[in-house]
Amino acid sequence: MGAGAFMLPTIPVSGRPVSPEELLTSGVDVAIKKRLADAALNAAKAKGASYTDVRIGRYLNQYVMTREDKVQNIVNTESYGVGVRVIADGCWGFAAVVDAKNEAQTARAAEEAVAIAKANAKLMKEPVQLAPQKGYGEVSWKAPIQKNAFEVPIQEKVDLLLGVNAAAMKNGANFVNSVLFMVNEQKYFASSDGSYIDQDVHRIWPVFNVTSIDPKSGKFETRQSLSAPMGMGYEYLQTNPKDRVTGITTRYGKGYDMLEDVIAAAQQTKQKLTAKSVEAGKYDLILDPSHLWLTIHESVGHPLELDRVLGYEANFAGTSFATLDKWKSKDFNYGSNQVTLFADKTQEGSLGAVGWDDEGVKTKQWDLVKDGTLVNYQAIRDQAAIIGEKESHGCCYADSWGSVQFQRMANVSLAPGKEQLSVEDMIKDVKKGIYIIGDGSFSIDQQRYNFQFGGQLFYEIKDGKIAGMLKDVAYQSNTQEFWNSCVKVCDERDYRLGGSFFDGKGQPMQVSAVSHGSSTARFNGVNVINTARKI
Amino acid sequence: MSIILSESDAKALLQKVLSYSKADECVVNLLGEQRGNLRYARNEVSTSGSTTNHNLSVQSAFGKRVGVASIDEFDEASIEKVVRRSEELARLAPENPEYVGVLGPQQYLKSNGFFDSTASITPATRADAVAKSLQLTRDAKLTAAGFLQDIRGFSAMMNSKGLFAYYPSTNVNYSLTVRTEDGTGSGYVARGYSDFSKLDTAAATRIAIAKSRGSAGARALEPGKYTVILEPTAAAVLLENVFYNMDARSADEGRSFLSKTGGKTKLGEKIVDERVNIYSDPTHPELPASPWSGDGRPQEKVSWIENGVVKNLAYSRFWAQKQGVKAVPNPNNVIMAGGNQSLEDMIKSTQRGILVTKLWYIRSVDPQTLLLTGLTRDGTFYIENGKIKHPVKNFRFNESPIIMLNNLEALGKPERVVSTETETNYLIPPMKIREFTFTSLSDAV
Repeated sequence: MGAGAFMLPTIPVSGRPVSPEELLTSGVDVAIKKRLADAALNAAKAKGASYTDVRIGRYLNQYVMTREDKVQNIVNTESYGVGVRVIADGCWGFAAVVDAKNEAQTARAAEEAVAIAKANAKLMKEPVQLAPQKGYGEVSWKAPIQKNAFEVPIQEKVDLLLGVNAAAMKNGANFVNSVLFMVNEQKYFASSDGSYIDQDVHRIWPVFNVTSIDPKSGKFETRQSLSAPMGMGYEYLQTNPKDRVTGITTRYGKGYDMLEDVIAAAQQTKQKLTAKSVEAGKYDLILDPSHLWLTIHESVGHPLELDRVLGYEANFAGTSFATLDKWKSKDFNYGSNQVTLFADKTQEGSLGAVGWDDEGVKTKQWDLVKDGTLVNYQAIRDQAAIIGEKESHGCCYADSWGSVQFQRMANVSLAPGKEQLSVEDMIKDVKKGIYIIGDGSFSIDQQRYNFQFGGQLFYEIKDGKIAGMLKDVAYQSNTQEFWNSCVKVCDERDYRLGGSFFDGKGQPMQVSAVSHGSSTARFNGVNVINTARKI
Repeated sequence: MSIILSESDAKALLQKVLSYSKADECVVNLLGEQRGNLRYARNEVSTSGSTTNHNLSVQSAFGKRVGVASIDEFDEASIEKVVRRSEELARLAPENPEYVGVLGPQQYLKSNGFFDSTASITPATRADAVAKSLQLTRDAKLTAAGFLQDIRGFSAMMNSKGLFAYYPSTNVNYSLTVRTEDGTGSGYVARGYSDFSKLDTAAATRIAIAKSRGSAGARALEPGKYTVILEPTAAAVLLENVFYNMDARSADEGRSFLSKTGGKTKLGEKIVDERVNIYSDPTHPELPASPWSGDGRPQEKVSWIENGVVKNLAYSRFWAQKQGVKAVPNPNNVIMAGGNQSLEDMIKSTQRGILVTKLWYIRSVDPQTLLLTGLTRDGTFYIENGKIKHPVKNFRFNESPIIMLNNLEALGKPERVVSTETETNYLIPPMKIREFTFTSLSDAV
């Protein structure tokens, strides 16, 4: 599945509602967590498990949702529970229990996980093999945030959003929705390898959607915020001039000015109503990082997940065109020589950054595509041996205490160009092109060949100059052709993150938050279609 | 305490909670559920597990100030604490101008959605059901990846005006993808039931095996407009974008495919072929659903599109009050009526067309026209002179379900299907559509 742009009316909310103050309480003490974990580790071992890990998770969410001059909802949720994963008789088993507060409950979950593993062992051909992993003892990691968003009073957040909405309406919007999502994952991991890892993860995502309607034709146009979800605290909403990228419209790095963006959005939805409908054909595309993150996510992040390559996702998200033989050949041209794509779980401010993954592996950075050539995948402990790696890449994740952890996408990013190049200089060379900003509609096949992407803002480029706004634009391409058509990437001054809170994968489906960085990049001769229809 | 409470136990617990309330109005929602699953791939089990969850949520209101709090523990002290907590939060909350108060007692239709066959599933039951499937794919030297998930649970609500609602339900979804060892063929099947005894994993597996073998060696056809026969699994993922967009407020506000200029809507207008009838009915024996909505409104049999005409839109209670109309809630199930033709009959009557068995990665391109994009997957076939001639390579489409339902040629017999996008179960017929728009080819198998 894909990442996804959010749909404002259908925000996934999980956990039980709590008061805002409860989001600031410390939860179960780490010494108690260790006792709960040890009870499960011992119970599983006594029932014959050869490996056990225990995740004690407290997941806090706060969503403030508004439209125009109204607060629609303020949701504070807490979800606390324990998940126990075991290997018994060579087979995985998992059981989880809500609100586990005593050792008897976690021990019972461990026993149930072993029972499930043993019931399913008859369906196994080969026992599960884990890459060796040393225990780290009692360690901890905290996201390097400056201001915990849960400490900011609700009223301040409401005032921010209602101010944003008022600015949109004042600038001609017919409707505006705005939302602040805030997440805090307090995760404790213990395993029979001897790790006891306590981690504190924070995320924030301010978003809006502005709608303008043409009363004569009844046509409506929308523009979503150009913000990114970030692994940051409330400091993301305090911009420095260096976080702003000015140009045809302002874009943002590690600080986001929501008010400035919504004023631009209200004006741009009006422009979109009268913009020229695109003429279908081949164009050179200039893709801003606020757009390109989603193309990277779908056409690089997913196909290079080893579980997909091996067939573990065949029944849902699909498999991958990037098969092992292509990787083994050492000369598969994933892209042009301008294209280096790397995975990482460490980049500060990114959604994927943690100290250890959800099976106790220390996180790192590694290359997936080097100067155009496919060089690696994303793998976890039970897959590492298949690609000759001695250790997991550290990209295992579960979205809840109640979900079983599995291989999830690391932050996958396009390395900036090595030569100095600004966006303005890149545009100067384009004869017939489209400059795309912001992510829109997205769809890709189950092996990640054929894709189609829309966007938020489209500008026609004629003879090196921006000639005006376009609408009804979507581009279709094939992953390998597309990345081989990449002729230039701007330098690191333009490097910014995009991402999603809601990348979906697995059965039952789990969401994962992931960032993708890039600088603006140029792709030559891409097929653009016109999406206007009449019903 | 058991996770799944009987009606009388749920009622007693809810009455106890309400007895602590000092607010102007109070609503208590209670749920309990157990989920179990078995997932497999590469012809062996990969991950599987179980999760137990229960929750009691209290909403208190003083005038238009509303507060919600909840607990996972149901002892007396915890219950009193959660009621007091919701009242404190209500006093602190800003007024919600769209709060319309709680409903009085309601009458609900009878709907049986709880089956002991599903509620009594154990890890061994799941393993046995999957073993029957795996035996067939291993013997056939094909590669299987599948997922079996069962849910048993109940939900209940009671409020300070005397409304009480209770509904226990079960569901099992099973899906399977079978691929040829060389990766050139792939077939899919999905089954959803309330009653586990109806699930025949071996019979389902034979369908996926046939599609897997039949789809190997696909040939490329030029993208363009084709007559298509959509199997119900393929049609469901397009139609659910219509079902999800029947909201009255969006239509009234001018930002829906059902909007017209000047604040008018297409309610009462014919928008698709007159053979299209879409309705909801919580008592339908093939697709039982809860007879009450989350806010306690009764779910009745409601016609959404009748003979091609928009008959009803879905309302929040606030918006219905403002517009002075009946507050029809969003439905808990959706059924599209059909005809008596079988899929085979539809193929026989097709001179030149494409059989689409599954669609994938459906996304909205333009909400104004409901234009969607996505791809065919796991078995797409060329039909010539009433017969399936050969498999074809997958296509990307760009099509609106509204345009599609105007280009309707024929409808077959509805069957229960599982959406491959949302896992929602529907009753949907197979359908023949002319001039369906494929815009590019995909190499994916």
